[in-house]
Amino acid sequence: MTVIEQTAGVEKREKSRAWGKLKKSRSALAGLAIILFFTLLAVAAPILPIPDPVATSWSAIRKAPSAAHWLGTDDLGRDILSRMIWGAQASLMAGIFSVAIAIIIGVPFGILAGYFGGWVDLVISRITEALLAMPFLIMAIALAAFLGPSLTNAMIAIGLSAMPIFVRLTRGQVLAVKQEDYVEGARSVGLGHLDIMVRYILPNVTAPIIVQATLTVATAIIAEASLSFLGLGQQPPAASWGSMLNVAKNFLSQAPWMAMWPGAAIFLVVIGFNLLGDGLRDALDPREH
Amino acid sequence: MTDMPVLSVRNLTTSFRADGGWKSVVRNVSFDVAAGETVAIVGESGSGKSVTSLSIMRLLAEGSSRIEGDIRLNGRNLLALSEKEMRGVRGNEVAMIFQEPMTSLNPIFTIGRQISEVLTRHKGMSQSEARAETIRMLERVRIPNAASRFDEYPHQFSGGMRQRVMIAMALASRPKLLIADEPTTALDVTIQGQILELIKSLQEEENMAVLFITHDMGVVAEIADRTVVMFRGDAVEAGLTEEIFHRGAHPYTRALLSAVPKLGSMAGEENPLRFPVVDTATGITVQPAASEHSVVQHSPILEVRNLVTRFPIRSGLFNRQTGSVHAVENVSFDLRQGETLSLVGESGCGKSTTGRSIMRLIEPTSGEIQLDGFNVRTLGTLELQRMRKSIQMIFQDPFSSLNPRMTVGQAIAEPFLKHKMGTVRQARDKTADLLEKVGLSAAVMNRYPHEFSGGQRQRIAIARALSLDPKVIVADESVSALDVSIKAQVCNLLLDLQESLDLAFLFISHDMAVVERVSHRVAVMYLGEIVEIGPRAAVFENPQHPYTKKLMAAVPVPDPARRGLRRGISNDELKSPVRPLDYRPPERQYREVSAGHLVQVA
Repeated sequence: MTVIEQTAGVEKREKSRAWGKLKKSRSALAGLAIILFFTLLAVAAPILPIPDPVATSWSAIRKAPSAAHWLGTDDLGRDILSRMIWGAQASLMAGIFSVAIAIIIGVPFGILAGYFGGWVDLVISRITEALLAMPFLIMAIALAAFLGPSLTNAMIAIGLSAMPIFVRLTRGQVLAVKQEDYVEGARSVGLGHLDIMVRYILPNVTAPIIVQATLTVATAIIAEASLSFLGLGQQPPAASWGSMLNVAKNFLSQAPWMAMWPGAAIFLVVIGFNLLGDGLRDALDPREH
Repeated sequence: MTDMPVLSVRNLTTSFRADGGWKSVVRNVSFDVAAGETVAIVGESGSGKSVTSLSIMRLLAEGSSRIEGDIRLNGRNLLALSEKEMRGVRGNEVAMIFQEPMTSLNPIFTIGRQISEVLTRHKGMSQSEARAETIRMLERVRIPNAASRFDEYPHQFSGGMRQRVMIAMALASRPKLLIADEPTTALDVTIQGQILELIKSLQEEENMAVLFITHDMGVVAEIADRTVVMFRGDAVEAGLTEEIFHRGAHPYTRALLSAVPKLGSMAGEENPLRFPVVDTATGITVQPAASEHSVVQHSPILEVRNLVTRFPIRSGLFNRQTGSVHAVENVSFDLRQGETLSLVGESGCGKSTTGRSIMRLIEPTSGEIQLDGFNVRTLGTLELQRMRKSIQMIFQDPFSSLNPRMTVGQAIAEPFLKHKMGTVRQARDKTADLLEKVGLSAAVMNRYPHEFSGGQRQRIAIARALSLDPKVIVADESVSALDVSIKAQVCNLLLDLQESLDLAFLFISHDMAVVERVSHRVAVMYLGEIVEIGPRAAVFENPQHPYTKKLMAAVPVPDPARRGLRRGISNDELKSPVRPLDYRPPERQYREVSAGHLVQVA
C-alpha cells in the first residue's frame, strides 16, 4: 500500500493555527485593535489624567471642543472626554456580559432542542417562540424594571432578552449538523449523548453563533443606552455612552458634539466587534478558504 | 458540409484565478464531435472533464476564469460571441443535462411549464403549440401518460423520471449538440440502463452529436463511439473506444481500465480477489495473489433471524399513523468470522437500514440478532456501548463521516480512549499503528480531515473503525463515492485487513461488479426482503430470482464490442415499500438451489 498522496500544509497546533489565520486577516486585526483600544481606555480610566467625569461646572455648560475640554462639555458642564472614557466601561461591559449570559443559557438549550427533538424540542421551542414574540427592547425594559435599576440588572435583562435568538439559531444549526455521518459514526463507536453534543455538535455549530454574538454585542450596547435613558441602566451621574447619547438628543442643534462623540464611539465598537467576529469565524474553521 | 464536425475544440486551456495567479485546470485539450456521434470524456475527479464541458457552454464565472483556445460549433467560434449571443446558443443549439435530477428542476413550476418555456423562448411557439410539442417530447422520453403528467410538479416524479424530464427539456429545442455531464451517476443501475438506452435511441432519431462526460468506464463502453481520457487536466489519450479499451497506450488509461470491476470476471474463482495494481507512471500491472483465506471452518459471529424494521408514516391533523415503510422485512442471515457477506440492491431496498438495525443505530421492530455473544435487541444503554466494540461501521461519504473539528489522531484514538482500552500513550501508539496499517503515515496524526483526499479520508475512517478491534465491520457503500482507481485500492485494503485481522464484513453496496470481486457470499435485497442469498459464485453464475437477473443485466459492461446491443430494458420504476397499517406481509417460501443458495419462490 504505497498510495500516500501529497497534501499541502504543515502540522500546527490548533490554537497557533487559528491565531496565525486571524493574524493574516487585516480587517479582523483592525476590529481587534478598535476593541482593545476602547477596552484599555475603559480599564485605565482611574489612572488617566482626566477631569472627574461627574464634576459639574456652571461656567462651562455645552462648550464646543477646545484645548481645555478636548471633546467639549455637556449640559451640566461635565467634560465629555472624561465621561466617554468612564462610560466605555459601562457600555463594553453591558455589551459583552449580556451576550455572554445569552450564549451561556441559549446555546445549551438550543443544542438540547435540536439534538433530542421530540417533546424536549417541543417545550424549548414553544417557550423560545413565546419569548421571541415579545419585542426585544420591551422585554428588556420589563425585566430590568422587575429586577430593579442598576447596570448589573440591566445586563441580566438584556442577556435574557437576547437569549431566545441564540436558542433558535443553535437549534437550527444542530438540526443540520445532526444529519452528518460523523454524528452517527460517533454513536456507532459507543459515545454517549453528552460526548456527542460537546465534541461533535458544539464545535460544528459555533461559527454562526460567533457571528450572531458580535451583532448582538452591538444591539446590547444600544439596548443598554435605551435602558439608561429610562433610568433602568447605568445610574446617573455615572456615565455610559447610551445615557450620554440620550441626553444629547435634547441639544442636537445647540451642542451637536454631545451626541457626536458617543455616537461615533458606539459605531466604532460595533464595527470592531463585527470585523473581529467575521475574522474569528474564518480562523476557527479548520477548512481552508 | 456533411463532414464538418458539430463541435470542434482546439487547444482548449481553462484557468482559474488562484492566489493572485492563474492556475490551469484544463490544458491543450482538442477533440471533435460529429453529428450522430457520441464522444465520451472520461476521467476521475479533478481531471478537468466537467470544466471542459462548462468551458464549451461558457458557464464559468467571468473574471475568475479564463478560457483560451478555439471552440467551434458548426464553424462558429463560441469564444468570440457576446454573452447575449451565447444565451441564444445555450439551451437552443447546445443543451446540457446534469448529474443531479433531484435539484436541476425548479420545484415550484410544473414540469410541463418548464419544458414549454424552452419552446416559447427559443422557438417562438405559442402557448398551445408549446403544450402540444411538450407532450410529444414527454412521450418521446417514454414517460407513461405524458399528457396527464404535464401539470405535475417535479417532486411527483422519481429520480429516473426526472432525468427523463431533464432530457425532454434539453431536447425540446432540437439541439445539434447534447452535453451530458454524468447524467446517470446518481441513478440506480436499472434506471441508469434505461436512461442510457433512451439517450442512444434519441440520438439515432435526431442525428444529434453527444458529448458524454463520465467517470464510469462501463458507461463509456456502452455509449461512446470515441473516447477522450483526461488525467489532471490533460487529455492523455483519445481515439476510438475499442482502441482505447483494447490497445490503450497511456499508463493511466491502463490503470483506469484495470481498476474497473467487470461483472463475470470472477468465474471459476473461489475466494475474493484483489484488484490488479497498475503503476500510473510506468503502466506495469501487478496481479496480486489470490486470497488463501478460507472461512468455512468458523462458526457464525453474527446471526440475524427474522429482522423487521418499519418506520411509521404519520399524517393528518392529529399526526396519526396512517401507514408504515416496511424497510426491512423478515431478513435472516449468518455471518462468519473472516467472511464477507454482501447486501446488494437498489436505493430503498432496505440494505442500509438492515446494517443500521443490526448495530441498533435504528431500533428494529422485531427479530433476533446475536452478535459475538450479545443478544443485541435486549441490551441496555451501557451494554450497548460495550457491544459497539464488536461491531463497527464505515460510511459512504468520506467527506461527512469525519468530524471536521477533530484531528485525524483524535478521531482514531477517541473510541479507544472512550472504552478505556488503554492509556493516552497506548492510544497514540495504536493510532500510529492503525494509520500505517491503512496505508497512511503516522505523521499525519495532527492534521485535519479537510487536508486529505476522499480516498485518504476513507482510509482514516477505516482506521477509526478498527481502533476498537471489532470483529464485524458494516461497510455501508464504503467505496461507492470513490474514484475507480481509489475504489480498487480501498477494496484491496479491506481484503488485506480481512486476511490479517480475520474481520467479518457486512458489505452493503449497489455496485454488482465490486460485490462480485470482494464477497464470499451475496444476499440480494428487494423491497426490504432478501430474494436470493448464497455463495458468490452460485448467485452470480446461476442467478435464479428474476430481480437478481434484472439487476445483473442492467450493469454496464466495460466491453465496447457489446455497444450495438439493445438490451430492451423495461421502463419499470422502483416500487415503494410503503404499506397501509393493516398490511400483513405474505409468508415467504425459499427454495434451496444448491448448498447454501436460497431463492425466494413465493
